[in-house]
Amino acid sequence: MTAPASSTKVRGETILSVDNLVKHFPISQGVLFQRQIGAVKAVDGVSFELRRGETLGVVGESGCGKSTLARLLMRLETPTSGRATLEGKDLFKASGSELRRLRRNMQMVMQDPYTSLNPRMTVGDIIGEPFEIHPDAAPKGSKQKRVQELLDVVGLNPEHINRYPHQFSGGQRQRIGIARALALRPEVIVCDEPVSALDVSIQAQVINLLEQLQDEFGLSYIFIAHDLSVVRHIADRVAVMYLGRIVEIGTEDEIYERATHPYTQALLSAVPVPDPEVRDQRNMIRLVGDVPSPADPPSGCHFRTRCWKAQGICAKEDPQAVPRAADPHPSACHFAELRPATPAA
Amino acid sequence: MTVEPTPASTPADGHLLELRDLHVEFRTNEGVARVINGVSYHLDAGETLAVLGESGSGKSVTAQAIMGILDTPPAFVRSGQILYRGQDLLTGSEEQRRQVRGKEIAMIFQDALSALNPVFPVGWQIGETLRQRAGMSRGDARRRAIELMDLVKIPGAAKRIGDYPHQFSGGMRQRVMIAMALALDPKVLIADEPTTALDVTVQAQIMDLLADLRRDLNMAMILITHDLGVVAGVADRIAVMYAGRIVEHADVRSLYKAPAHPYTKGLLESIPRMDVRGQELSTIKGLPPNLMRIPSGCPFHPRCPYVQQVCVDVVPHDLVLGDGRTSACHFAQEVRDDSAR
Repeated sequence: MTAPASSTKVRGETILSVDNLVKHFPISQGVLFQRQIGAVKAVDGVSFELRRGETLGVVGESGCGKSTLARLLMRLETPTSGRATLEGKDLFKASGSELRRLRRNMQMVMQDPYTSLNPRMTVGDIIGEPFEIHPDAAPKGSKQKRVQELLDVVGLNPEHINRYPHQFSGGQRQRIGIARALALRPEVIVCDEPVSALDVSIQAQVINLLEQLQDEFGLSYIFIAHDLSVVRHIADRVAVMYLGRIVEIGTEDEIYERATHPYTQALLSAVPVPDPEVRDQRNMIRLVGDVPSPADPPSGCHFRTRCWKAQGICAKEDPQAVPRAADPHPSACHFAELRPATPAA
Repeated sequence: MTVEPTPASTPADGHLLELRDLHVEFRTNEGVARVINGVSYHLDAGETLAVLGESGSGKSVTAQAIMGILDTPPAFVRSGQILYRGQDLLTGSEEQRRQVRGKEIAMIFQDALSALNPVFPVGWQIGETLRQRAGMSRGDARRRAIELMDLVKIPGAAKRIGDYPHQFSGGMRQRVMIAMALALDPKVLIADEPTTALDVTVQAQIMDLLADLRRDLNMAMILITHDLGVVAGVADRIAVMYAGRIVEHADVRSLYKAPAHPYTKGLLESIPRMDVRGQELSTIKGLPPNLMRIPSGCPFHPRCPYVQQVCVDVVPHDLVLGDGRTSACHFAQEVRDDSAR
């Protein structure tokens, strides 16, 4: 398998740019005359850039909007407002053949390898299906050969092309999902919790595979996960989401070593560290309560109801994700300040 | 850990709960799956034992066998003993079993949403045990249910007692399950992946709650999990399971410092650490075995970096290492010395 035609393109330039993306799901009431009584603000003004060849980790708890963000980027949902451009072309305005071209460039790996593969299709059909929609990606008669190449690339036996998904284990199925995403030689892959359904010993194999494929094909990843240890391992930059917004974004080092947003600090301190010695020295922040409903988020800063620093201004003024005095990476907190988030290793 | 032992309630020489050489198999149409192959462990009052393993290692089935809630068929206990205060639960009558279940040994399950009944209020479900087993009146059961909900720190317990499971968040549902398990004041609490379905900040809350309850009520706890991080914080001892056997058994600190079984060593090396930005993760090659065709000798030998001919031919016994730990590996000493380096 050869690298995509884009190998001449500059590593580090912006490939995907997302600007103030919003997705509100309406809540309606009434049987015959439905009227809208509110909206679930799943994604509420998200902006970021993805550079060529990098991995942007997106972390947050369930309900923070990270999966909706993935679905928006794949155009599986229509945004309420906002813009996103892939290599300068508007993702949400494209239609017809232009949209088909854009989609070829951006693929997705799903979370659950048990439900995201059709049990009635052979592995060859599953991985080869993208070629039916994009016949120009595999010249006539070369489809089977391409599928076998893909199986080889993700570390599966190319002779297993006629097997069905149930004949594979969880980790192998996730490799099939990755092969399917690679089929059209995309430049961006959105991974939505790709390893959370897998056992620990299998998880490491899939993470290594994703990293190796990135080096080989110059891929850019948006890596969505709730496991902060996995994200630290794979990501170059990290965005932390809370109730539909990015509260802090920065390099892996800025987020894990120099976090300034109280939510990020609390999230990091809650991660269990597999080392009893370190555990005893850790200074944990215990958040009280649960995440508020995205249908009725608190005014001002969304995090203020669980925040120990909250003051009057937090309810009135919505803090913007801008560089703060404490550290020059964007953090959406009025009182951003450093705290040793993890103990010295 | 400063826990007062309760010698009055435990036979002087015995343990509170002890499993001896338990074997469980699943008889299915495709064949017999040997799910548990000689598991032995013990638990004393006030202590926390973590049972660690990946899916299919038999950790949950062991718990179901203790509770007597195995699905039979297909599951059959082939041999072994489960001793509670010296009395074998497996040979007792169903009525004796029922006296122990819930009252002496209680269990909380992984998925609170499917473990709770969606069509009854949570207060009614917590009170059900009290009415059926403790013979309480409806009013008393209701009052006790509110106390229990307070105990597990559900805010506004009196107001929420009439709410249905879907009106609670994931963390609160798990608290309701814990309240149900505590209703009859059990001496042993088995927690089967209690936080796997929860977010990290909520997970931390629940693990704290379990640790507090265990201390305040002087319960013994068996914590079943696949998460090496969760275990590190709360357990006193760890039993690592693989293919239905306990491959390593040690106190928490020595296990994390120097694992003495290649499987434990591989597991610890393959998890990304948040406090260390690693290079390529080391992996355990291959897949867990099919329980219908467990490899000869040591079941881990096809995946093991230390494998020798003896591993293929001879099933390793539990090798007792100096500091009271065991490892079912022919080369346990060597593995531990390698890890300690």
